[in-house]
Amino acid sequence: MLAMDYRGPYRVRLEEKPMPKIEHPRDAVVKVTRSCICGSDLHLYHGLVPDTRVGMTFGHEFCGIVEEVGSAVENLKAGDHVLVPFNIACGQCHFCKQGLFGNCHESNPQATAVGGIFGYSHTAGGYDGGQAEYVRVPYADFGPTIIPDWMDPDDAVLLTDVVPTGYQAAEMAGIKRGDTVCVFGAGPVGIMAARCAWLFGAGRVIVIDHLDYRLEFVKDYAPAEVYNFRELDDLVVFMKKTTDGLGADVCIDAVGNDASGNIWQTILGKKMKLEAGSAIALHWAINSVKKGGVVSVVGVYGPTGNLVPMGNVVNKGLTIRANQASVKRLLPRLIEHVKAGHINPKAMITHRVPLEDISDAYHIFSKKLDGCIKPVLVPNAA
Amino acid sequence: MDAPTTTKATVPDRSAIPGWGVDADPENDPTYPYREREKDDHSGEWTRPPVQSSDVEILQSIEHKQRPAVFGTSTPPSGISGMLRRGAFKYSESHWAHWLMLMGADRVNMVEGIVQDLARARIPNIPAEMGMRSEWKHNRKGLVTKLAVTAAVGAAAFALFRWSGGRDRDGSGGRD
Repeated sequence: MLAMDYRGPYRVRLEEKPMPKIEHPRDAVVKVTRSCICGSDLHLYHGLVPDTRVGMTFGHEFCGIVEEVGSAVENLKAGDHVLVPFNIACGQCHFCKQGLFGNCHESNPQATAVGGIFGYSHTAGGYDGGQAEYVRVPYADFGPTIIPDWMDPDDAVLLTDVVPTGYQAAEMAGIKRGDTVCVFGAGPVGIMAARCAWLFGAGRVIVIDHLDYRLEFVKDYAPAEVYNFRELDDLVVFMKKTTDGLGADVCIDAVGNDASGNIWQTILGKKMKLEAGSAIALHWAINSVKKGGVVSVVGVYGPTGNLVPMGNVVNKGLTIRANQASVKRLLPRLIEHVKAGHINPKAMITHRVPLEDISDAYHIFSKKLDGCIKPVLVPNAA
Repeated sequence: MDAPTTTKATVPDRSAIPGWGVDADPENDPTYPYREREKDDHSGEWTRPPVQSSDVEILQSIEHKQRPAVFGTSTPPSGISGMLRRGAFKYSESHWAHWLMLMGADRVNMVEGIVQDLARARIPNIPAEMGMRSEWKHNRKGLVTKLAVTAAVGAAAFALFRWSGGRDRDGSGGRD
Protein backbone atom coordinates (compact mmCIF):
# COMPACT_ATOMS: atom_id res chain seq x y z
CA MET A 1 0.00 0.00 0.00
CA LEU A 2 1.04 3.62 -0.42
CA ALA A 3 1.80 5.66 2.67
CA MET A 4 3.45 8.87 3.71
CA ASP A 5 7.08 8.38 4.72
CA TYR A 6 8.94 10.82 6.98
CA ARG A 7 12.59 11.31 5.97
CA GLY A 8 13.65 14.08 8.37
CA PRO A 9 12.71 17.71 9.05
CA TYR A 10 10.89 19.26 6.07
CA ARG A 11 11.18 16.03 4.04
CA VAL A 12 8.35 13.59 3.37
CA ARG A 13 7.53 11.32 0.44
CA LEU A 14 5.12 8.64 -0.62
CA GLU A 15 6.39 5.08 -0.23
CA GLU A 16 5.18 1.54 -0.85
CA LYS A 17 4.81 -0.08 2.59
CA PRO A 18 3.48 -3.39 3.89
CA MET A 19 -0.25 -3.59 4.56
CA PRO A 20 -1.09 -3.10 8.24
CA LYS A 21 -2.35 -6.19 9.99
CA ILE A 22 -4.36 -7.08 13.05
CA GLU A 23 -1.90 -7.18 15.95
CA HIS A 24 -4.35 -7.34 18.85
CA PRO A 25 -7.87 -8.79 19.25
CA ARG A 26 -9.31 -5.28 19.60
CA ASP A 27 -7.66 -3.97 16.40
CA ALA A 28 -9.23 -3.11 13.07
CA VAL A 29 -7.68 -2.27 9.73
CA VAL A 30 -9.31 0.70 8.04
CA LYS A 31 -9.11 1.70 4.38
CA VAL A 32 -8.60 5.45 4.48
CA THR A 33 -10.98 7.63 2.47
CA ARG A 34 -9.94 11.02 3.84
CA SER A 35 -7.03 12.18 5.96
CA CYS A 36 -5.90 15.63 6.93
CA ILE A 37 -2.61 17.30 7.64
CA CYS A 38 -2.98 18.87 11.06
CA GLY A 39 -1.10 21.89 12.35
CA SER A 40 0.28 19.49 14.95
CA ASP A 41 1.75 17.40 12.14
CA LEU A 42 3.80 20.43 11.25
CA HIS A 43 5.51 20.21 14.66
CA LEU A 44 6.66 16.74 13.62
CA TYR A 45 7.49 17.92 10.10
CA HIS A 46 9.61 20.73 11.54
CA GLY A 47 11.52 18.28 13.74
CA LEU A 48 10.24 19.71 17.03
CA VAL A 49 8.87 16.52 18.61
CA PRO A 50 11.42 14.11 20.15
CA ASP A 51 11.53 10.49 18.94
CA THR A 52 10.12 11.16 15.50
CA ARG A 53 11.71 8.36 13.53
CA VAL A 54 12.62 8.26 9.85
CA GLY A 55 10.26 5.92 8.04
CA MET A 56 7.20 6.68 10.15
CA THR A 57 3.80 7.51 8.64
CA PHE A 58 2.06 10.54 10.13
CA GLY A 59 -1.64 11.28 10.23
CA HIS A 60 -4.02 11.37 13.18
CA GLU A 61 -7.05 12.86 11.43
CA PHE A 62 -8.68 10.33 9.15
CA CYS A 63 -11.83 8.46 8.35
CA GLY A 64 -12.39 5.40 6.22
CA ILE A 65 -14.02 2.05 5.64
CA VAL A 66 -13.45 -0.88 7.96
CA GLU A 67 -11.53 -3.55 6.08
CA GLU A 68 -10.99 -6.14 8.79
CA VAL A 69 -11.65 -6.46 12.52
CA GLY A 70 -9.96 -8.39 15.31
CA SER A 71 -11.65 -11.22 17.17
CA ALA A 72 -12.76 -9.02 20.08
CA VAL A 73 -14.38 -6.28 17.98
CA GLU A 74 -18.12 -6.86 17.92
CA ASN A 75 -19.51 -3.38 17.29
CA LEU A 76 -17.92 -2.89 13.85
CA LYS A 77 -17.90 -4.95 10.68
CA ALA A 78 -16.16 -4.78 7.35
CA GLY A 79 -17.72 -2.08 5.21
CA ASP A 80 -18.65 0.30 8.05
CA HIS A 81 -17.66 3.89 7.30
CA VAL A 82 -16.05 5.27 10.43
CA LEU A 83 -14.38 8.38 11.73
CA VAL A 84 -11.49 7.60 14.03
CA PRO A 85 -10.63 9.86 17.01
CA PHE A 86 -6.98 10.80 17.11
CA ASN A 87 -6.69 9.49 20.67
CA ILE A 88 -5.96 5.79 21.04
CA ALA A 89 -7.90 4.91 24.18
CA CYS A 90 -8.78 1.62 25.83
CA GLY A 91 -11.91 2.99 27.51
CA GLN A 92 -11.35 1.11 30.75
CA CYS A 93 -8.16 2.33 32.49
CA HIS A 94 -8.05 4.70 35.47
CA PHE A 95 -8.00 7.73 33.18
CA CYS A 96 -10.42 6.58 30.50
CA LYS A 97 -12.95 5.91 33.26
CA GLN A 98 -12.78 9.64 34.03
CA GLY A 99 -13.36 10.60 30.40
CA LEU A 100 -9.70 11.49 29.96
CA PHE A 101 -9.44 9.63 26.67
CA GLY A 102 -6.40 11.66 25.63
CA ASN A 103 -4.58 10.30 28.66
CA CYS A 104 -5.17 6.57 28.30
CA HIS A 105 -2.65 4.54 30.30
CA GLU A 106 -2.87 1.44 28.11
CA SER A 107 -1.74 2.80 24.76
CA ASN A 108 1.67 4.44 25.02
CA PRO A 109 4.75 2.60 26.35
CA GLN A 110 7.16 5.41 25.54
CA ALA A 111 5.58 8.11 27.70
CA THR A 112 3.17 8.39 30.59
CA ALA A 113 2.11 12.01 30.10
CA VAL A 114 0.06 11.39 26.98
CA GLY A 115 -1.87 8.47 25.61
CA GLY A 116 -1.33 6.96 22.19
CA ILE A 117 -1.93 9.10 19.13
CA PHE A 118 -1.97 7.87 15.55
CA GLY A 119 1.12 8.82 13.57
CA TYR A 120 2.49 11.17 16.15
CA SER A 121 6.04 9.99 16.90
CA HIS A 122 7.09 7.36 19.39
CA THR A 123 6.53 9.88 22.16
CA ALA A 124 2.86 9.20 21.44
CA GLY A 125 3.13 5.44 21.17
CA GLY A 126 4.87 4.68 17.87
CA TYR A 127 1.75 4.06 15.78
CA ASP A 128 1.76 4.59 12.05
CA GLY A 129 -0.91 7.07 11.04
CA GLY A 130 -3.63 7.56 8.49
CA GLN A 131 -1.84 9.47 5.73
CA ALA A 132 -1.87 6.18 3.90
CA GLU A 133 -4.18 3.90 2.02
CA TYR A 134 -4.70 1.67 5.06
CA VAL A 135 -4.11 2.02 8.78
CA ARG A 136 -4.17 -0.18 11.84
CA VAL A 137 -6.70 1.09 14.41
CA PRO A 138 -6.17 -0.25 17.96
CA TYR A 139 -9.06 -0.41 20.43
CA ALA A 140 -11.41 -0.36 17.46
CA ASP A 141 -14.25 -1.51 19.69
CA PHE A 142 -14.02 1.77 21.58
CA GLY A 143 -12.67 4.65 19.48
CA PRO A 144 -14.13 4.65 15.97
CA THR A 145 -17.62 6.05 15.45
CA ILE A 146 -19.82 5.07 12.53
CA ILE A 147 -20.42 8.11 10.34
CA PRO A 148 -24.14 8.94 10.15
CA ASP A 149 -25.66 8.52 6.68
CA TRP A 150 -26.47 12.21 6.41
CA MET A 151 -22.94 13.40 7.23
CA ASP A 152 -20.51 14.59 4.57
CA PRO A 153 -17.18 12.73 4.84
CA ASP A 154 -15.42 16.09 4.75
CA ASP A 155 -17.25 17.05 7.94
CA ALA A 156 -16.59 13.63 9.44
CA VAL A 157 -12.83 13.77 9.00
CA LEU A 158 -12.69 17.12 10.77
CA LEU A 159 -14.54 15.65 13.75
CA THR A 160 -11.53 13.43 14.48
CA ASP A 161 -9.48 16.31 15.91
CA VAL A 162 -9.94 19.90 14.74
CA VAL A 163 -13.54 20.36 15.76
CA PRO A 164 -13.31 18.62 19.16
CA THR A 165 -10.03 20.36 19.95
CA GLY A 166 -11.48 23.77 19.17
CA TYR A 167 -14.68 22.96 21.05
CA GLN A 168 -12.80 21.65 24.07
CA ALA A 169 -10.66 24.80 24.10
CA ALA A 170 -13.84 26.82 24.54
CA GLU A 171 -15.31 24.33 27.00
CA MET A 172 -12.19 24.25 29.20
CA ALA A 173 -12.21 28.04 29.27
CA GLY A 174 -15.44 27.94 31.30
CA ILE A 175 -16.94 30.74 29.23
CA LYS A 176 -19.80 32.57 30.92
CA ARG A 177 -22.51 34.49 29.07
CA GLY A 178 -21.12 37.81 27.90
CA ASP A 179 -17.44 36.94 28.40
CA THR A 180 -14.76 38.43 26.22
CA VAL A 181 -12.79 35.59 24.68
CA CYS A 182 -9.42 36.10 23.02
CA VAL A 183 -8.16 33.29 20.79
CA PHE A 184 -4.49 33.24 19.87
CA GLY A 185 -4.01 31.61 16.49
CA ALA A 186 -6.23 31.61 13.40
CA GLY A 187 -5.33 28.13 12.26
CA PRO A 188 -8.13 25.56 11.95
CA VAL A 189 -8.20 24.88 15.72
CA GLY A 190 -8.24 28.58 16.58
CA ILE A 191 -10.94 29.18 13.99
CA MET A 192 -13.06 26.42 15.52
CA ALA A 193 -12.36 27.63 19.09
CA ALA A 194 -13.59 31.09 18.10
CA ARG A 195 -16.72 29.61 16.50
CA CYS A 196 -17.44 27.43 19.53
CA ALA A 197 -16.90 30.28 21.99
CA TRP A 198 -20.24 31.65 20.77
CA LEU A 199 -21.95 28.33 21.52
CA PHE A 200 -20.93 28.79 25.14
CA GLY A 201 -22.43 32.29 25.21
CA ALA A 202 -19.41 34.53 24.64
CA GLY A 203 -20.21 38.22 24.39
CA ARG A 204 -17.20 39.11 22.30
CA VAL A 205 -14.66 37.00 20.41
CA ILE A 206 -11.25 38.35 19.39
CA VAL A 207 -8.76 36.42 17.25
CA ILE A 208 -5.05 37.27 17.01
CA ASP A 209 -2.69 36.06 14.29
CA HIS A 210 -0.23 37.47 11.78
CA LEU A 211 -1.64 35.91 8.60
CA ASP A 212 -4.15 38.30 7.09
CA TYR A 213 -5.83 35.71 4.86
CA ARG A 214 -6.63 33.55 7.87
CA LEU A 215 -7.85 36.53 9.87
CA GLU A 216 -10.14 37.46 6.99
CA PHE A 217 -11.55 33.93 7.00
CA VAL A 218 -12.23 33.73 10.73
CA LYS A 219 -13.65 37.25 10.74
CA ASP A 220 -16.59 35.96 8.71
CA TYR A 221 -16.61 32.31 9.76
CA ALA A 222 -16.67 32.66 13.57
CA PRO A 223 -17.49 35.65 13.32
CA ALA A 224 -14.83 37.50 15.27
CA GLU A 225 -12.93 40.72 15.69
CA VAL A 226 -9.50 40.09 14.23
CA TYR A 227 -6.13 41.72 14.76
CA ASN A 228 -2.74 41.17 13.19
CA PHE A 229 -0.19 41.31 16.01
CA ARG A 230 2.50 42.52 13.64
CA GLU A 231 0.48 45.70 13.18
CA LEU A 232 0.17 46.39 16.89
CA ASP A 233 2.80 48.22 18.91
CA ASP A 234 2.23 46.04 21.94
CA LEU A 235 -0.34 43.28 21.82
CA VAL A 236 -0.87 43.08 25.58
CA VAL A 237 -1.36 46.85 25.91
CA PHE A 238 -3.83 46.66 23.03
CA MET A 239 -5.76 43.87 24.75
CA LYS A 240 -5.94 45.88 27.97
CA LYS A 241 -7.12 49.02 26.15
CA THR A 242 -9.83 47.19 24.30
CA THR A 243 -11.18 45.57 27.47
CA ASP A 244 -11.55 48.60 29.75
CA GLY A 245 -8.03 48.06 31.06
CA LEU A 246 -8.89 44.70 32.60
CA GLY A 247 -7.94 42.05 30.06
CA ALA A 248 -10.02 39.33 28.42
CA ASP A 249 -12.10 37.06 30.65
CA VAL A 250 -10.67 34.08 28.82
CA CYS A 251 -7.65 33.53 26.60
CA ILE A 252 -7.20 30.46 24.43
CA ASP A 253 -3.79 29.34 23.16
CA ALA A 254 -4.50 27.60 19.86
CA VAL A 255 -0.97 27.96 18.54
CA GLY A 256 1.53 25.88 20.50
CA ASN A 257 5.23 25.51 20.01
CA ASP A 258 5.57 26.86 16.46
CA ALA A 259 4.45 30.35 17.41
CA SER A 260 5.83 33.40 15.64
CA GLY A 261 6.13 36.84 17.16
CA ASN A 262 9.18 36.90 19.42
CA ILE A 263 12.74 36.62 18.21
CA TRP A 264 14.12 35.19 21.47
CA GLN A 265 11.49 32.48 21.72
CA THR A 266 12.15 31.63 18.08
CA ILE A 267 15.92 31.36 18.59
CA LEU A 268 15.80 29.50 21.90
CA GLY A 269 12.86 27.26 21.15
CA LYS A 270 12.60 26.69 17.42
CA LYS A 271 16.20 27.11 16.28
CA MET A 272 18.34 26.00 19.24
CA LYS A 273 15.74 23.63 20.79
CA LEU A 274 16.71 24.89 24.25
CA GLU A 275 13.04 25.05 25.16
CA ALA A 276 10.12 23.02 23.85
CA GLY A 277 9.42 25.36 20.96
CA SER A 278 8.35 28.99 21.02
CA ALA A 279 5.83 29.76 23.76
CA ILE A 280 5.07 33.37 22.85
CA ALA A 281 1.36 32.71 22.28
CA LEU A 282 1.04 31.26 25.78
CA HIS A 283 3.07 34.16 27.14
CA TRP A 284 0.67 36.64 25.53
CA ALA A 285 -2.36 34.68 26.72
CA ILE A 286 -1.17 34.79 30.34
CA ASN A 287 -0.46 38.51 30.15
CA SER A 288 -3.63 39.41 28.22
CA VAL A 289 -6.17 37.64 30.42
CA LYS A 290 -8.00 39.32 33.25
CA LYS A 291 -6.88 38.73 36.85
CA GLY A 292 -8.70 35.64 38.06
CA GLY A 293 -9.31 34.64 34.43
CA VAL A 294 -8.83 31.38 32.62
CA VAL A 295 -6.16 30.44 30.10
CA SER A 296 -7.18 27.42 28.04
CA VAL A 297 -4.33 25.69 26.23
CA VAL A 298 -4.78 23.33 23.32
CA GLY A 299 -1.65 24.33 21.42
CA VAL A 300 0.86 21.49 21.34
CA TYR A 301 4.15 21.86 23.21
CA GLY A 302 7.12 19.57 23.45
CA PRO A 303 7.76 17.54 26.60
CA THR A 304 10.64 19.59 28.02
CA GLY A 305 10.17 23.11 29.35
CA ASN A 306 9.10 26.53 28.10
CA LEU A 307 9.74 30.10 29.13
CA VAL A 308 6.42 31.54 30.28
CA PRO A 309 5.68 34.23 32.88
CA MET A 310 4.78 31.87 35.72
CA GLY A 311 5.00 34.71 38.22
CA ASN A 312 2.09 36.41 36.49
CA VAL A 313 0.07 33.21 36.63
CA VAL A 314 0.48 33.28 40.42
CA ASN A 315 0.11 37.02 40.91
CA LYS A 316 -2.97 37.27 38.67
CA GLY A 317 -4.61 34.22 40.23
CA LEU A 318 -5.10 32.52 36.91
CA THR A 319 -6.60 29.16 36.18
CA ILE A 320 -4.83 27.25 33.45
CA ARG A 321 -6.70 24.36 31.88
CA ALA A 322 -5.19 22.19 29.21
CA ASN A 323 -5.38 18.78 27.61
CA GLN A 324 -5.44 16.95 24.36
CA ALA A 325 -9.04 16.84 23.20
CA SER A 326 -11.02 13.92 24.54
CA VAL A 327 -12.62 13.25 21.18
CA LYS A 328 -14.83 10.29 22.03
CA ARG A 329 -16.35 12.19 24.96
CA LEU A 330 -17.34 15.11 22.74
CA LEU A 331 -18.46 13.39 19.54
CA PRO A 332 -22.17 12.93 20.34
CA ARG A 333 -22.63 16.63 21.07
CA LEU A 334 -20.53 17.72 18.09
CA ILE A 335 -22.46 15.52 15.69
CA GLU A 336 -25.62 17.24 16.96
CA HIS A 337 -24.03 20.63 16.31
CA VAL A 338 -23.11 19.69 12.74
CA LYS A 339 -26.62 18.36 12.11
CA ALA A 340 -28.19 21.52 13.56
CA GLY A 341 -25.98 23.72 11.39
CA HIS A 342 -24.28 25.34 14.37
CA ILE A 343 -20.88 24.46 12.99
CA ASN A 344 -19.79 23.85 9.42
CA PRO A 345 -16.41 22.10 9.61
CA LYS A 346 -15.84 21.47 5.91
CA ALA A 347 -15.92 25.18 5.17
CA MET A 348 -12.36 25.29 6.53
CA ILE A 349 -11.05 22.94 3.84
CA THR A 350 -9.10 24.93 1.29
CA HIS A 351 -7.07 22.20 -0.41
CA ARG A 352 -7.97 18.70 -1.56
CA VAL A 353 -4.77 16.95 -2.50
CA PRO A 354 -4.16 13.42 -3.88
CA LEU A 355 -2.13 11.36 -1.42
CA GLU A 356 0.51 11.10 -4.17
CA ASP A 357 1.24 14.81 -3.80
CA ILE A 358 1.87 14.66 -0.07
CA SER A 359 5.26 16.42 -0.22
CA ASP A 360 3.66 19.42 -1.86
CA ALA A 361 0.72 19.37 0.54
CA TYR A 362 3.04 19.52 3.55
CA HIS A 363 5.08 22.32 2.03
CA ILE A 364 2.02 24.40 1.11
CA PHE A 365 0.55 24.01 4.60
CA SER A 366 3.86 24.64 6.35
CA LYS A 367 4.70 27.74 4.33
CA LYS A 368 1.10 28.98 4.33
CA LEU A 369 1.10 29.18 0.54
CA ASP A 370 -1.92 29.60 -1.71
CA GLY A 371 -4.22 30.72 1.11
CA CYS A 372 -4.01 27.33 2.79
CA ILE A 373 -6.10 26.79 5.91
CA LYS A 374 -6.85 23.07 5.92
CA PRO A 375 -5.55 20.48 3.45
CA VAL A 376 -7.29 17.15 3.03
CA LEU A 377 -5.52 14.17 1.47
CA VAL A 378 -7.52 11.78 -0.66
CA PRO A 379 -6.01 8.40 -1.60
CA ASN A 380 -6.53 7.47 -5.24
CA ALA A 381 -8.42 4.34 -4.33
CA ALA A 382 -10.86 6.22 -2.07
CA MET B 1 -1.44 50.19 13.66
CA ASP B 2 -1.62 52.30 16.81
CA ALA B 3 -3.44 50.81 19.73
CA PRO B 4 -6.99 52.13 19.64
CA THR B 5 -7.99 54.59 22.31
CA THR B 6 -11.57 53.40 22.40
CA THR B 7 -12.66 50.63 24.73
CA LYS B 8 -15.92 49.97 22.94
CA ALA B 9 -16.12 46.60 21.26
CA THR B 10 -17.79 45.91 17.95
CA VAL B 11 -20.05 43.09 19.05
CA PRO B 12 -21.91 41.23 16.29
CA ASP B 13 -25.62 40.58 16.44
CA ARG B 14 -25.81 37.42 18.53
CA SER B 15 -29.18 36.42 17.10
CA ALA B 16 -27.44 36.03 13.75
CA ILE B 17 -24.94 33.55 15.15
CA PRO B 18 -26.25 29.97 14.77
CA GLY B 19 -26.32 28.23 18.12
CA TRP B 20 -25.32 31.22 20.23
CA GLY B 21 -25.36 30.21 23.88
CA VAL B 22 -26.80 26.71 23.36
CA ASP B 23 -23.96 25.18 25.38
CA ALA B 24 -23.79 27.93 28.01
CA ASP B 25 -23.92 26.17 31.34
CA PRO B 26 -23.40 27.89 34.68
CA GLU B 27 -22.61 24.48 36.11
CA ASN B 28 -19.60 24.12 33.81
CA ASP B 29 -17.30 25.14 36.63
CA PRO B 30 -14.84 23.65 37.25
CA THR B 31 -14.53 22.76 33.63
CA TYR B 32 -13.13 19.68 31.96
CA PRO B 33 -10.63 18.17 32.66
CA TYR B 34 -11.54 17.49 36.25
CA ARG B 35 -11.32 14.49 38.49
CA GLU B 36 -14.41 12.39 38.10
CA ARG B 37 -13.67 9.50 40.34
CA GLU B 38 -16.16 7.16 41.83
CA LYS B 39 -16.00 7.71 45.58
CA ASP B 40 -12.39 7.58 46.66
CA ASP B 41 -11.06 5.54 43.80
CA HIS B 42 -7.33 6.14 43.94
CA SER B 43 -6.65 2.68 42.65
CA GLY B 44 -4.15 2.07 39.93
CA GLU B 45 -5.91 -1.21 39.21
CA TRP B 46 -8.40 -1.85 36.45
CA THR B 47 -9.44 -4.68 34.24
CA ARG B 48 -6.68 -4.68 31.69
CA PRO B 49 -7.25 -5.23 27.99
CA PRO B 50 -5.57 -8.30 26.49
CA VAL B 51 -1.87 -7.60 26.20
CA GLN B 52 -0.43 -7.25 22.69
CA SER B 53 2.46 -9.53 21.87
CA SER B 54 5.15 -8.53 19.43
CA ASP B 55 8.66 -9.45 18.41
CA VAL B 56 9.44 -5.81 17.64
CA GLU B 57 11.69 -3.97 20.10
CA ILE B 58 9.59 -1.51 22.10
CA LEU B 59 11.29 1.08 24.27
CA GLN B 60 9.45 1.86 27.45
CA SER B 61 9.34 4.81 29.83
CA ILE B 62 10.78 3.85 33.21
CA GLU B 63 7.83 5.71 34.75
CA HIS B 64 5.49 2.92 33.63
CA LYS B 65 4.72 0.19 36.16
CA GLN B 66 4.07 -2.22 33.33
CA ARG B 67 3.97 -2.13 29.56
CA PRO B 68 0.67 -0.73 28.27
CA ALA B 69 -1.52 -3.38 26.71
CA VAL B 70 -1.34 -1.93 23.21
CA PHE B 71 1.47 -0.18 21.38
CA GLY B 72 2.67 0.83 17.95
CA THR B 73 5.17 -1.30 16.09
CA SER B 74 6.33 1.28 13.56
CA THR B 75 10.05 1.83 12.90
CA PRO B 76 11.76 -0.02 15.77
CA PRO B 77 15.07 1.43 16.98
CA SER B 78 18.07 0.57 14.84
CA GLY B 79 21.60 1.74 14.08
CA ILE B 80 23.37 4.51 15.93
CA SER B 81 20.12 6.39 16.46
CA GLY B 82 18.69 3.25 18.03
CA MET B 83 21.60 3.07 20.46
CA LEU B 84 20.98 6.69 21.44
CA ARG B 85 17.27 6.01 21.89
CA ARG B 86 17.96 3.01 24.13
CA GLY B 87 20.25 5.22 26.19
CA ALA B 88 17.59 7.91 26.45
CA PHE B 89 15.10 5.47 27.94
CA LYS B 90 17.39 4.91 30.93
CA TYR B 91 16.21 8.33 32.08
CA SER B 92 12.72 9.31 33.15
CA GLU B 93 10.48 11.67 31.17
CA SER B 94 11.30 14.28 33.78
CA HIS B 95 14.96 14.27 32.84
CA TRP B 96 16.21 16.61 30.10
CA ALA B 97 18.78 14.03 29.04
CA HIS B 98 15.94 11.74 28.00
CA TRP B 99 14.51 14.24 25.52
CA LEU B 100 17.80 15.74 24.34
CA MET B 101 19.16 12.28 23.52
CA LEU B 102 15.98 11.49 21.59
CA MET B 103 16.27 14.74 19.65
CA GLY B 104 19.91 13.92 18.91
CA ALA B 105 18.88 10.46 17.78
CA ASP B 106 16.32 12.00 15.43
CA ARG B 107 19.02 14.06 13.72
CA VAL B 108 21.32 11.04 13.41
CA ASN B 109 18.39 9.03 12.08
CA MET B 110 17.91 11.57 9.31
CA VAL B 111 21.48 10.92 8.09
CA GLU B 112 20.92 7.18 8.46
CA GLY B 113 17.89 7.52 6.21
CA ILE B 114 19.96 9.05 3.43
CA VAL B 115 22.66 6.39 3.84
CA GLN B 116 19.95 3.71 3.73
CA ASP B 117 18.59 5.15 0.48
CA LEU B 118 22.05 5.23 -1.10
CA ALA B 119 22.73 1.66 0.07
CA ARG B 120 19.63 0.64 -1.90
CA ALA B 121 20.98 2.47 -4.95
CA ARG B 122 18.35 5.15 -4.53
CA ILE B 123 19.29 8.80 -4.64
CA PRO B 124 16.71 10.66 -2.56
CA ASN B 125 15.02 13.43 -4.49
CA ILE B 126 15.34 15.94 -1.66
CA PRO B 127 13.87 18.95 -3.50
CA ALA B 128 10.79 16.89 -4.34
CA GLU B 129 10.55 15.58 -0.75
CA MET B 130 10.65 19.19 0.44
CA GLY B 131 7.79 20.13 -1.85
CA MET B 132 9.79 22.48 -4.05
CA ARG B 133 7.34 21.91 -6.90
CA SER B 134 4.67 23.71 -4.89
CA GLU B 135 7.15 26.44 -3.95
CA TRP B 136 7.81 26.95 -7.68
CA LYS B 137 4.11 27.04 -8.38
CA HIS B 138 2.96 29.30 -5.55
CA ASN B 139 6.03 31.30 -4.50
CA ARG B 140 8.25 31.45 -7.58
CA LYS B 141 9.62 34.89 -6.80
CA GLY B 142 10.57 33.87 -3.26
CA LEU B 143 12.20 30.67 -4.48
CA VAL B 144 14.21 32.46 -7.16
CA THR B 145 15.31 35.10 -4.64
CA LYS B 146 16.34 32.42 -2.15
CA LEU B 147 18.30 30.52 -4.80
CA ALA B 148 19.96 33.73 -6.00
CA VAL B 149 20.96 34.72 -2.46
CA THR B 150 22.24 31.23 -1.74
CA ALA B 151 24.25 31.21 -4.98
CA ALA B 152 25.66 34.68 -4.27
CA VAL B 153 26.69 33.76 -0.71
CA GLY B 154 28.19 30.49 -1.98
CA ALA B 155 30.11 32.27 -4.73
CA ALA B 156 31.37 34.89 -2.29
CA ALA B 157 32.50 32.19 0.15
CA PHE B 158 34.23 30.30 -2.66
CA ALA B 159 35.95 33.44 -3.90
CA LEU B 160 37.07 34.27 -0.37
CA PHE B 161 38.39 30.75 0.06
CA ARG B 162 40.31 30.93 -3.23
CA TRP B 163 41.71 34.35 -2.39
CA SER B 164 42.74 33.19 1.09
CA GLY B 165 44.39 30.06 -0.37
CA GLY B 166 46.31 32.17 -2.88
CA ARG B 167 47.64 34.46 -0.16
CA ASP B 168 48.78 31.42 1.85
CA ARG B 169 50.64 29.98 -1.15
CA ASP B 170 52.28 33.37 -1.71
CA GLY B 171 53.54 33.27 1.85
CA SER B 172 51.72 36.46 2.66
CA GLY B 173 48.77 35.06 4.54
CA GLY B 174 50.32 33.28 7.52
CA ARG B 175 53.22 33.02 9.88
CA ASP B 176 56.26 30.97 8.75
